[in-house]
Amino acid sequence: MRFYEYESKALFRRRGLPLGKGRVVASETEAREAAAEIDGPVVVKSQVLSGGRMKAGAVQFADTPDEAAAKYAEVLPIVVKGEKARCVLIEAKSPVAKEYFASVTWDGRRKLPVLLFSDMGGIDIEEVAEQHPEHLSRTHFSTILPLSERIAKEAISAVGVTGPDLVRLTPIVFALMKLFLEYDLTLAEINPLARLEDGKFLVLDGHVDMEAEARGSHKALLTELGIGEDETRQARPPTPFELEAARLNAVDHRGIAGNVVEFDGNLGLVIGAGGGSLTLFDAVRKHGGKPANYCEIGGNPSMSKVRNLTRLLLSKPGIEKIAVMMNVVSNTRVDIVARGVISGCLDAGKDPAEAVAIFRIPGSWEEEGFKILSKYGVDYCDRSVSMYEAAGRAVAKMAS
Amino acid sequence: MSILISKDTTFIVQGITGREAVNLTRENLAYGAKIIGGVTPGRAGRDVYGVPVYDTVRDVAAKHGTPDGAVVCVPPRFTRDAVFEALENGVKLIVVVTENIPRREVAQMVELAGLRGARIIGPNCLGIISPDEAKMGGVGGPAANTRQAYVKGPIGVMSRSGGMTTEIASTLTAASLGQSTCVSIGGDAIVGTTYAELMPLFAADPETKAIAIYSEPGGRMEAELAEWVKANRSELPIVAFLAGRFMDEMRGMRFGHAGTIVEGKEDTTAEKIARMESAGISVAERIEEIPGLIKKRLAAQGVEV
Repeated sequence: MRFYEYESKALFRRRGLPLGKGRVVASETEAREAAAEIDGPVVVKSQVLSGGRMKAGAVQFADTPDEAAAKYAEVLPIVVKGEKARCVLIEAKSPVAKEYFASVTWDGRRKLPVLLFSDMGGIDIEEVAEQHPEHLSRTHFSTILPLSERIAKEAISAVGVTGPDLVRLTPIVFALMKLFLEYDLTLAEINPLARLEDGKFLVLDGHVDMEAEARGSHKALLTELGIGEDETRQARPPTPFELEAARLNAVDHRGIAGNVVEFDGNLGLVIGAGGGSLTLFDAVRKHGGKPANYCEIGGNPSMSKVRNLTRLLLSKPGIEKIAVMMNVVSNTRVDIVARGVISGCLDAGKDPAEAVAIFRIPGSWEEEGFKILSKYGVDYCDRSVSMYEAAGRAVAKMAS
Repeated sequence: MSILISKDTTFIVQGITGREAVNLTRENLAYGAKIIGGVTPGRAGRDVYGVPVYDTVRDVAAKHGTPDGAVVCVPPRFTRDAVFEALENGVKLIVVVTENIPRREVAQMVELAGLRGARIIGPNCLGIISPDEAKMGGVGGPAANTRQAYVKGPIGVMSRSGGMTTEIASTLTAASLGQSTCVSIGGDAIVGTTYAELMPLFAADPETKAIAIYSEPGGRMEAELAEWVKANRSELPIVAFLAGRFMDEMRGMRFGHAGTIVEGKEDTTAEKIARMESAGISVAERIEEIPGLIKKRLAAQGVEV
């Protein structure tokens, strides 16, 4: 889950990273006040989660408080890659002599955190990696040995930084590494990390991504930063429909029946957790089907959980039918899912035979499941019909 | 033959008195597994389907000797400690079933395993099965279901999805292609053992004639596999299926497993397919194409199965 720049910086501030004067503002008046407090040239930055703000014109400079207010009004409505600004950050503009880059992330191949450091900050690091590899160092470090400043020093020195710059940069980069491990981050990045004309260093921009799995361990921090529990912080904010599905999933701990992502098609999907759901979503689209949602089912969900979810899906405007499909299952009881789906259809006032395009869950307790489905006239199949074919059968029913 | 486990592999189940672990223990025993003990702190003296329960791994080892393996089936916040306990007591093969473990803790487990010369499979996986030999973990479910989907034969299977391991095995079985060993490697962003790390084991296994792989968006595991195949000039035919092609259009969204978030160019399915194909790996469009592609690749090598 990505943090906004101002949240990332609030976290940096706690760990003593050097930051310029500034604050978040919510109106032209506040923008003017903030610039007056800073009493000098400022930078006016739109707060969005996606990159590419500069190119979109959502970062502007102002010399006076009145100009800052005008820039605030200019920056706020700009949509960056489909995302509206949450707020605007006003910060002092500093006289920069040179820009550096420091980032900590996970390397899934080496299974270790890796510190990337470059003395070419401010630009796209992928570009530096391709065109100036000698200006980018990659330093892996242990997650079980005590963290030491030595690693930061070596990473910085590896691109040729020496003298007072090396000495001043080391504790900053080291603090970033500590922060990365302490808060279960998947990305901790400062870009640019600027050396000012007076030789001091300052974090100009930074981004932090926290592991979704670790949210529970860092509740206090998230609350302090004002990050709500229902903020998924994916590429876009969750819809009310998605939040309702998440709520239904959360109230009952048995199995999974949730993780809903909404689309604007007409075929509702209740599809096998993890890999099965990705496979089936592709198959539906390949057959020309238009998914109304992505929704995982897995583990051993209770009948009521499946029922509530089915009812929710069928309540979404535009959904004509739902398809219930999984890979061959071993621990999910087919009969319980079948009962839940039928009862959900009935609750929604629909005939299960009409509302369910196809039911393909082969595996444990399937005979019992198939008996229930045939009683209600629901079209089902066993493992002799592939996942791809089953998806095709569901899509064909939509056309007819 | 098989890789990782055989008929003689002994193992323990950590967290054995939990609901999932009780089922897993019953199912593994019914498939012929040699489970020598279970561990749940504070529950020493009980038994689960005849498997004696101890408070610590050390107690099991003192009584029955060090087990070859451990299946870790404890809640996420206790998992790292359970894995450390197994490693520090000399266990060399650890299957971690638990999901929702933060990457930092997975990295710590994997790092310690490396220092102790041990191997971790998972987390967020269903374990390992060598049909007719043994299984270790939840793969395939109850023994009867497992026997229906998995039969002994020449195909190795590696999968980032536990469920799809069984779907692929079932598809291979229906096409008269049995399996040598199937490994559910786990769906997280960092896993103990990757495709490329299992390849030398499959390559050295005389029974394995070809490999089927289930894969997903996210991570660099497929790039690593492609590099391994090229660097080792491996002749072992590999057929891969990539799910989640729709995700290429939705950067930054997470679907399915924790490891599927697309963060960079190398993580997209398009890029993965290109890399694998350039290494000579066949990429199937649908699961049901896998058996045909494997047979074609084997026929080209003059191998009969």
